[in-house]
Amino acid sequence: MTAIAEPLKSRARPSAAQMARWAISDSLVMTRRNLLVWLRVPAYIVFTVVQPVIFVLLFRYVFGGAIHAPGSGGYVSYLMPGIIGQTAAFATFATAIALAQEATKGVIDRFRAMPMARSAVLAGRLIADSIRMLIVILVIIGVGYAVGFRFQNGVAGAVGMVLLAEIFGITICSVSAFVGLAIKDEESVQAFGLIWIFPLTFVSSAFVPIATMPGWLQVFANNQPVTLVINAMRAMALGGPDFPLNPSLWESLLWLAGILIVFVPLAVWSYRRVG
Amino acid sequence: MALTNTDFAIEVSALHKSFGKVHALRGVDFAVPRGSVLGMLGPNGAGKTTAVRVLTTLLRPDSGRVIVEGYDVVRDAAAVRRRIGLAGQATAIQLELTGRENLEIMGRLNHMPRSSVRGRAAELLERFEIADAADRPAKTYSGGMQRRLDLAASLIAEPSVLFLDEPTTGLDPYGRLGMWDIIRELVGRGTTLLLTTQYLEEADELANTIVVVDHGEVIASGTPDRLKDQVGGDLLEFTVPDRAQLDDAVRAVAGLSDSAPTVETDAKRIKVPVGSGGSTALVEAVRRLDAAGVVTEDLALHRPSLDDVFLAVTGHAAEAAPDGAAKGQKSPAAGVAS
Ligand SMILES: Nc1ncnc2c1ncn2[C@@H]1O[C@H](COP(=O)(O)OP(=O)(O)OP(=O)(O)O)[C@@H](O)[C@H]1O
Ligand SMILES: [Mg+2]
Repeated sequence: MTAIAEPLKSRARPSAAQMARWAISDSLVMTRRNLLVWLRVPAYIVFTVVQPVIFVLLFRYVFGGAIHAPGSGGYVSYLMPGIIGQTAAFATFATAIALAQEATKGVIDRFRAMPMARSAVLAGRLIADSIRMLIVILVIIGVGYAVGFRFQNGVAGAVGMVLLAEIFGITICSVSAFVGLAIKDEESVQAFGLIWIFPLTFVSSAFVPIATMPGWLQVFANNQPVTLVINAMRAMALGGPDFPLNPSLWESLLWLAGILIVFVPLAVWSYRRVG
Repeated sequence: MALTNTDFAIEVSALHKSFGKVHALRGVDFAVPRGSVLGMLGPNGAGKTTAVRVLTTLLRPDSGRVIVEGYDVVRDAAAVRRRIGLAGQATAIQLELTGRENLEIMGRLNHMPRSSVRGRAAELLERFEIADAADRPAKTYSGGMQRRLDLAASLIAEPSVLFLDEPTTGLDPYGRLGMWDIIRELVGRGTTLLLTTQYLEEADELANTIVVVDHGEVIASGTPDRLKDQVGGDLLEFTVPDRAQLDDAVRAVAGLSDSAPTVETDAKRIKVPVGSGGSTALVEAVRRLDAAGVVTEDLALHRPSLDDVFLAVTGHAAEAAPDGAAKGQKSPAAGVAS
């Protein structure tokens, strides 16, 4: 080391507490920024809010009559947890696309050349996306109430359902963040998202009882995480013997934890090597 | 290893960086004195952006040493980041947000207190002539305004070293002049600047020192004037419409300088390198050609641009006449050197 660089170096290191404060405030600045962008782009709002509302109306009034659902609330009650789960998964498209855009446009490079906390870009993205998701979920629940949906398992059940939907959404966000940062090309990200999110959400218990599917498909549908999450959400929202909470709940939480453990580090890793 | 010298804001030595088989940087050395402007000149793919990305802590070098404001970009990246500003080759502003929001967010992310961010953003918007559009989404801005906003964003925390990667690419001539003025003003305030460019006149216009980079190597460096001298100084050029008079013309101007004239027979064009004595040589040439009864067209004195410097040092010169007289030729295929 040189005689000159040494004192500079020791003087420059901020304390751990200071670093933690910056990590939090930087993440919040990024959160605010991302939410502002979302509010300014009508296309994002249409995609994230209007599309699920259309799904509610479509399934409720067009397909609903043909589908016999278990439980006492009729098809609309069966449907709503499914739509909410699907919405949480679809919302993560925006995560992947936004990160891909920022990576290709050099925005992430710019951030990485600044003294801001390294974690803030991803943290701000995930926080903003979960806030956005919560808003959308509440809107959909409102629309659901207008077309006959009712929570049947008390306030705790309703809150639990929303909470699980959020955890599910954040988990899928971490996958999307990795996909967006790894692929980087916006259109490929979009296409890739369709390939995995569509089958996972449609070949699940989200819209129709799995028993109506052909046997070979049931094997997949019954054992994939989206079904488990939606079954657990349905159990919390509706309750009753038709929708048992376990083992769906703990199985789905295990799945989500497993996905997070794999994909959060992958997302962080791909963020570090952007460019 | 007392390499660190406080007079230099940037010191780069033996810098290597490869992407797989592509050797983007192969042993780059240069130093930038504090408060001065280094122009990094090179064609597409030369390695300019790679160098900027290493110097701004975005890429880890494979080997070599880079010190910015006394800090090693690898070991003390965080300290470097607190002192630098970067405006990349593409603008990194958020188009959906207003100019003011863009600046304030960048200020906050640079850990400036909220109170000073507001004033600083307003000041920059004013100075870069975006104040009228400050509260409109940046996507409604012209290309020049977006560039200025991007530059303003990189200046929000008053960095002492600024990196600009092709700051005027994509701007119209008016926008480019405006950007030059802004850059000059910045440098006047003591900011150290490293700027990459493919525009030779831009480096000439703004830089104290130029490094010419090609295929990841510094192939020439020095002040703009010194580089011009390397090319052989001023060049006298004219056309002789009557082919029969070509030889007379060559004889007439042969004694103008130590270098022999070059003749492009097909184009009926003659070039005479005349060192730094351009104006006197011009007058003398007119007198001699007149005395020899040679009719000429387009007689002009061509002061070498950095274009010529670049072509002279990137390999084209090797194909030219052994006396170096034809170094300034734009294309190796253009005519036969005498
Ligand atoms: N991330 C990367 N992965 C692979 N190759 C890369 C990467 N970045 C740059 N290169 C290669 O390294 C070389 C130098 O690229 P660089 O972007 O530094 O050039 P440049 O001088 O900035 O060119 P331009 O004027 O076009 O911006 C090129 O051959 C480029 O293809
Ligand atoms: Mg470049």
